[in-house]
Amino acid sequence: MLRYLARRLLLLGLTLFVASALVFALTNALPGNVGRIILGPFAPDHAVAVLNHQLGLDRPLTDRYVHWLGGVLSGEWGRSLTYETPVLPLVLDRLGRSLLLAAFSLALLLPLAIGAGIYAALHEGNWLDRLFSVGGLAFGAIPEFVTGVFLILLFGITLHWLPIQALPPDHATLLQWLAHLLMPALALVLTLFSYLFRMARSGMLDALDADYTRTATLKGLPGRTVILRHVLRNALLPTITVAGAQIGWMVGGLVVVETLFRYPGIGSLTYSAATHKDLPLLVGCTLTITFVFACANFLADLLYAALNPRARQAIAGS
Amino acid sequence: MHRANITLGIGGALLLVWIVTALGAPWLAPYSPVGIDFSALAQPPSWAHWFGTDNYGRDVLSRVMYGGRQVLLVAPAATLLGLTLGAAIGLATTYFGHWVDEAIMRVLDAVMALPIVVLALLALTVLGPSTLNVILVIGLVFSPLIARTVRAQALVETRREYVAAARLRGESALYVMAVEILPNVRGPLIVEGTIRVGYAVFTAATLGFLGLGVQPPTPDWGLMVSEGQAQLTVAPWVVLFPALAIVFVVVAVSLVADGLRERLQG
Repeated sequence: MLRYLARRLLLLGLTLFVASALVFALTNALPGNVGRIILGPFAPDHAVAVLNHQLGLDRPLTDRYVHWLGGVLSGEWGRSLTYETPVLPLVLDRLGRSLLLAAFSLALLLPLAIGAGIYAALHEGNWLDRLFSVGGLAFGAIPEFVTGVFLILLFGITLHWLPIQALPPDHATLLQWLAHLLMPALALVLTLFSYLFRMARSGMLDALDADYTRTATLKGLPGRTVILRHVLRNALLPTITVAGAQIGWMVGGLVVVETLFRYPGIGSLTYSAATHKDLPLLVGCTLTITFVFACANFLADLLYAALNPRARQAIAGS
Repeated sequence: MHRANITLGIGGALLLVWIVTALGAPWLAPYSPVGIDFSALAQPPSWAHWFGTDNYGRDVLSRVMYGGRQVLLVAPAATLLGLTLGAAIGLATTYFGHWVDEAIMRVLDAVMALPIVVLALLALTVLGPSTLNVILVIGLVFSPLIARTVRAQALVETRREYVAAARLRGESALYVMAVEILPNVRGPLIVEGTIRVGYAVFTAATLGFLGLGVQPPTPDWGLMVSEGQAQLTVAPWVVLFPALAIVFVVVAVSLVADGLRERLQG
């Protein structure tokens, strides 16, 4: 386990390094001129040059990267150009709300997709199995904002069941919070359902077909015990890692869904930073999202390895 | 085999409808996609305007038809770029093997562990929104995934005798990769490509919605949805029809991808 942990930590470190280098390269090494982006197309050339010098943009790239990374690590994230406040507290404040939405979505997604997957595997080929498979695939290919628009048109505008903005009024009750978050969460869940469902379903089918299941059945264990003790444990392991990777998709989806439902999380903040060309804020958002995402993947892998000794050995030995 | 052909047929027919309406929009569309008509603002669907009009009085049907051109150009072009780059990386990394392979794959793992939409958002903000940049960004973001698929296949092929024979003949690395190995990993590459087209449609529509594709007043489905959102309660058709168009194309592409996969994998 220790060896695995070390390897996995190394990969996490590499991921974060590549991410930071990529973010830095995108904002610094591309032909786009930062001074020009900030000052706009009509600013005189010397003003752009002075600003670039003030920002230290005329020094060698590696120097600037090291300097920049040092700043990022010590919490100097600069000031947002549009909000005119320091980036870090702003980003952290919005991150909390996004995590709430993501947690709520996951709380809906995991039981739904895994439950449906287990059901579908136990009733392979019946109409519900086919509905989940085909419907899930269709929704999985449709962008979140399209699903979200259909949800708004149906539940918000036609039926008036749910509010069409995701942020509840101040001092809202828990139930009001959930009602406001339900549609954005559903838009995310519908997009992510298919992959997790298929993993759970095929994991179940494999486990049902395995020798140990046959042995358990043949030695006379009741069907329920076979399923609970032998099939489920083995079937749901791969699904856990996939669930970790799904968090990444969810993060991308958050940008879209938060924008569509006007929910003040880190996703809509990223969008607003992009539309206002607020580079310090955009970089801050991207770094934060990447960090959270990489850590979620890391934790999912650790959980998987903790539950499955075989995977642990395979990965440590490779 | 039979079912695959039906899936492929239906998907292909739907795709054809999209391609014909998008390419033929200048002749088929009843109105100009950017023609403003103050006497017909936010009209519900009628015989004159089948899909209604938006808050500038522009014909939504014509805008949906023209809007299809954006995705029609971006999705295949971005996929092709991703496939080319991905195949090149995947082949090179397996051919050179050892630490080159290890180093490149670890970096690709790290890149793949990053959220795609967020990276694209950052890149397009810096590069500026344009169709070409959207193609470049989606193609680049897709290439690590494709490289991994190609690598998995190529690893098997590299150990075959014909590759050893070609090396002994003294063929160059480029020749062995492009002429010997590449044709043998073609099948999985095509399947991966058709699946990627679907994701490219997904990503292109999303970037359009976020305002990072073509700029107004040029019609684009994602952009139409985000622009029409403000009038969602009074003129839902402005948003409904481009959203349906995205679903239509997504379903068509995934049917074709499914059919092709079943046919190629037997």
